[in-house]
Amino acid sequence: MTATKAPIEPPSQQRTVRRPGDRLFSGAAKGSGIFILLVLAGVAAFLISEALPALTAPSEEIPGGEGLASYVGPLILGTLLGAVIALLVATPLAVGIALYVTYYAPRRIAAGMGYVIDLLAAIPSVVYGFWGIAVLAPQLVPFHQWLTDTLGFLPFFAGPASTSGRTMLTVGIVLGVMILPIISAISREVFSQAPALHREAALALGATRWEMIRMAVLPYGKSGVIAGAMLGLGRALGETMAVAIILSGGAGATLNVISNSNPSTIASNIALSFPEATGLDVNTLIASGLALFLITLVVNMLARWIVNRRADFSGAN
Amino acid sequence: MSIDTQSAPQPTRHAAGPVRTRRRLPRFAPLGVYLAGIAAGAALSALTGFSVVTTVVYGVVLGTLAVYVVSRSVEGQRKATDRLVTSLVTTAFAIAMVPLVSLVYTVLDNGLPRFDAAFFTNSMYRVVGEGGGAYHAILGTVIITALATVISVPIGLLTAIYLVEYGTGRLKRAITFFVDVMTGIPSIVAGLFSFALFTLVFGNSVRLGVMGAVALSVLMIPVVVRSCEEVLKLVPNELREASYALGVPKWRTVVKVVLPTAVAGLGTGITLAVARVVGETAPLLVTVGLITGTNLNPFDGRMATLPVFAYFQLTQPGTATQAFLDRAWTAALVLIILVMVLNVVARLISRFFAPKTGR
Repeated sequence: MTATKAPIEPPSQQRTVRRPGDRLFSGAAKGSGIFILLVLAGVAAFLISEALPALTAPSEEIPGGEGLASYVGPLILGTLLGAVIALLVATPLAVGIALYVTYYAPRRIAAGMGYVIDLLAAIPSVVYGFWGIAVLAPQLVPFHQWLTDTLGFLPFFAGPASTSGRTMLTVGIVLGVMILPIISAISREVFSQAPALHREAALALGATRWEMIRMAVLPYGKSGVIAGAMLGLGRALGETMAVAIILSGGAGATLNVISNSNPSTIASNIALSFPEATGLDVNTLIASGLALFLITLVVNMLARWIVNRRADFSGAN
Repeated sequence: MSIDTQSAPQPTRHAAGPVRTRRRLPRFAPLGVYLAGIAAGAALSALTGFSVVTTVVYGVVLGTLAVYVVSRSVEGQRKATDRLVTSLVTTAFAIAMVPLVSLVYTVLDNGLPRFDAAFFTNSMYRVVGEGGGAYHAILGTVIITALATVISVPIGLLTAIYLVEYGTGRLKRAITFFVDVMTGIPSIVAGLFSFALFTLVFGNSVRLGVMGAVALSVLMIPVVVRSCEEVLKLVPNELREASYALGVPKWRTVVKVVLPTAVAGLGTGITLAVARVVGETAPLLVTVGLITGTNLNPFDGRMATLPVFAYFQLTQPGTATQAFLDRAWTAALVLIILVMVLNVVARLISRFFAPKTGR
């Protein structure tokens, strides 16, 4: 009886009883996943707890003496201004590069070209700052003068043109170069996924290469480009060192992007002021960091939502 | 045969009709027209006071226009638009190359003068002018990055295993989504988080190497998770099923079958994640600070790191300005070399440790 019963029982038990090793391992894996969620929540929680003194302090104790909103406001404006310029510079270029690498470059060297563009992402931001202030800013001075001469009626180019080139415009261009590989990598991916049947059908009907791209590739890749641009925007909003090195900031809210006095950005203001800050100044800086965190969080969540929504109905199905 | 002879006259008669016989430019004609446009641009630039920048700008604009006009007159509207777009996207690629080449050239040009033995063997202790080096900063970067790797890799790898092998339902979706969102956290915010965390525990104005490692981990974990997840997904399901069929428990299947199969990809992903954080400056600036001497203990006070060292050498030069600028550029050069070496190593790992496919 027992001899026959023993071999039968284990299989039925194995379905329900899990080995301790299994339980430990899956528990550790699940725990790490939950830990990551906790870290993200912790970032928000610790920033809020350290920002709280500044949020509740009387307005005259905040640096500048006019309250938190008027301290952070110009910084937010500067952050958005630089990021928008970066986006305007980078998006058309990135789409062009992505199209070139996926559909125009000779097949044999296309992968290498994609890798070269990705190298732009590998260069540390502090080095971009070095390059921006030593090479790009002086080179752009005549361009600043030309802008204010020809387009001076726009508030952005009101002048007087900076003679050092350390302006929001230069910063925006450097940020544009930095986010170029992000946008072009995602655009490249969606462009190369455009259904081959659509592309071949367009070519078979006698479309030129550009007509094929316009009809089969761009409609398919549009949301991918938008998502890539938003991810690039998130990166540009939070970029610190390049802005801190290049920009001669500190002015209040102004839309003028080519003069010597620019609004600083949140991230660069923290980097520049934090090492010497004490007391309530630290809390104020952390409060501005909290604002940056929330802005980038919203931008990134929106971008990811677009990417994921697209992923649902793309590919082979 | 008979069909051939009958149909042969058809095209010749057709060609004599209203359809133009040569609607395409010869193969190298567009390039020639483009170069002629660039030459015209150079001439225009010479008229208005020669400079390289205006030559290139005028040249590219005129070259593109020339190709469009010639193609339009010979090949018609549609083909001309196609050629216009071709030159536009090629120009876009060329424009992107300009900053890369210029940046690498500038860093090499300015960084090589101090790229000597002293830079790698001396610290900045009691150095106010010439000489000195980044010995302390290089070691600090290595220690803090290694610490960040030690924190990030187990968490990141286990999370990736959870997502691929165990995860289901809402928790999996939430983790995937928020890991993606986490890749977008600004580096300075990660630094502030670490600062706030340690300030609450240890009191005000604390600066430790480990704070920097924690900040870098926040940036590194999502990258590790994403790359490991992609690699683990590539492991064929047949291997897992074969292992289960032999009665191997799931956790041993993961450890002994799935991970060894994916080890090359995991190594590549982790190395690229290290490359991503090794050049981060902002989080270290607010958490680790900078000292001139050599501190190799990340649990005791400020440390020097290469990016922060480079930043302060450039922005706060002492009386001997040129010596500080030279050190700053050399530090930037070392940083770029470090990142490039890590990228190359990542590629080599995936080449040499890839599982034998047995083909």
